[in-house]
Amino acid sequence: MKDKIINSLELSGFTWFIPLVKLVAGEPPKQQLQELMKMVGIPMLAILIFLGMWHVGAAKVVTSLGQVPGPVQVWEQASNLIDEHYVEREKEVKFHERQDVRNAKKLAKNPDAVIKVRSYTGKETFFDQILTSLWTVFVGFLIASIIAIPIGVVSGLSNTLYSALNPLIQIFKPISPLAWLPIVTMVVSAVYVSDDPMFAKAFVTSAITVTLCSLWPTLINTAVGVSSIDRDLINVGRVLRLNYVTTVIKIVIPSSIPMIFTGLRISLGIGWMVLIAAEMLAQNPGLGKFIWDEFQNGSSASLGRIMVAVITIGILGFMLDRVMLMMQKFFSYDKNSVIR
Amino acid sequence: MEKYLNIDHVSIEFPTANGPFKALDNVNLKIGKGEFVSIIGHSGCGKSTVMNIVGGLYQATEGGVILQGKEVNEPGPDRAIVFQNHSLFPWLTAYENVEIAVKSVFKGKKSKQEMKNWINHNIELVHMSHAKDKLPAELSGGMKQRIGIARALAMEPKVLLMDEPFGALDALTRAHLQDSLMEIQSDLNNTVIMITHDVDEAVLLSDKIVMMTNGPAATIGEVLEVNLDRPRKRLDLSDDIEYNHYRSKVIHFLHDLHAKKVA
Repeated sequence: MKDKIINSLELSGFTWFIPLVKLVAGEPPKQQLQELMKMVGIPMLAILIFLGMWHVGAAKVVTSLGQVPGPVQVWEQASNLIDEHYVEREKEVKFHERQDVRNAKKLAKNPDAVIKVRSYTGKETFFDQILTSLWTVFVGFLIASIIAIPIGVVSGLSNTLYSALNPLIQIFKPISPLAWLPIVTMVVSAVYVSDDPMFAKAFVTSAITVTLCSLWPTLINTAVGVSSIDRDLINVGRVLRLNYVTTVIKIVIPSSIPMIFTGLRISLGIGWMVLIAAEMLAQNPGLGKFIWDEFQNGSSASLGRIMVAVITIGILGFMLDRVMLMMQKFFSYDKNSVIR
Repeated sequence: MEKYLNIDHVSIEFPTANGPFKALDNVNLKIGKGEFVSIIGHSGCGKSTVMNIVGGLYQATEGGVILQGKEVNEPGPDRAIVFQNHSLFPWLTAYENVEIAVKSVFKGKKSKQEMKNWINHNIELVHMSHAKDKLPAELSGGMKQRIGIARALAMEPKVLLMDEPFGALDALTRAHLQDSLMEIQSDLNNTVIMITHDVDEAVLLSDKIVMMTNGPAATIGEVLEVNLDRPRKRLDLSDDIEYNHYRSKVIHFLHDLHAKKVA
């Protein structure tokens, strides 16, 4: 039981809790407390020092929107955003109730009446925007992975193809998302034409921009992983007369899984960074748009609300990375290798 | 004895920046069914190249390899290879490593149950049944090589090729594996080509020791028939006059080559 919990904590990267678990399980308390001090105490102290410096520093800068918010003000705004979310949800519930009552009355009067059910069109809350951002980055990242992994595998196996693709990769890799965005916007507007679009254009534009920027690390890492497979393993495949597809599935992909995941992790990190910029410009209703709208709004609370978003972006980015790390550890055959 | 495997006037050249490099020149070797042949020589003399040509991993520039009357020029399970560094798939357990070979070689020829039995039989043969569900990373060097041998044997090869199979192991483990190999060999009577640089290993295991000259353009210098009775016991042989005679012959051959090289 204890070992199981520790194992899963290790896998998920929440190593901080391990001493706590051991403490509860009755292992020597002194040693575990020391361990706890090292793993939790020191980071906590660092965070406290940071908050203190922020508090003092922020008070000294006055902008046209008022003082730069310190941790206290940001905390207030965070709880405001949470309150607004519940208020908005309540409004939505009431809206539907009113609509249902109205429609029921109509039907009571005249059973053949045509009733209309309208969906609620209130503004998105902060949490809706977080979900939109996560969904957008997921779609963009998924498309990127679907493109990058196969190309990486094939070009890792063929030197000719790799040298053909390499210059293109090297040129496209450093391009900023902001440079892509106008082109993507225009192309999406021109190509993605439909009367009843399944996805909003802003969403498609943002997702594709994420794809374009998060393609490269996965592609390069996959290619490097594939090309650095132990030659003998490939030779075993040749002795067994495995065909190309079987070789790829049974030998090439399993042995380059660690490198592929390293690439995926970098890609997701980049995708998440790119997404915020893309959402600002494409007006996809996610965290990027939230920041942009608050910036344009320019109330005295705006800077505080933007900082809440900034911190949220950081925490979510960290969590996304943890998820990838967990998957990497789960899929990697070498469970003992140190992955950070 | 009908010649089973014929390495016929094989030469190989590798293209390099300074023109073609001739690694092997006119290598001629006939091997009978069930013979255990060692190829010995200094590092870089092209021993492994010979094996890779027989294995089909390299193509001879001139000449060719004929197995049971048919030329072979691509790799195949009839010439299973045991690599120096075991080359087990690190993400598969010992059992699965043998399984992947059995499944691809006997697809459609053996039933599921037959395959399972065959895999277990081969793992048993190398005394690894107790650890068949472990990953290679959890096995010692010697155990990994045992599984490597089991995988090769499980392909039921016509010729078993071994490229310095025990080279990476410590002396004690090596001795254990050599004994196991002799035991298996007496049961199965495989045709084996083994690359080695260990004189004792060559004399102990082989029916025939092929001594190669130094490269470039290496070729066979001398072939020594080892007519020691089997089963051979390592301890008894260490005082055996005949054994020591074979041993010193090989050492002299290698030493003379080395002296020539230095001079």
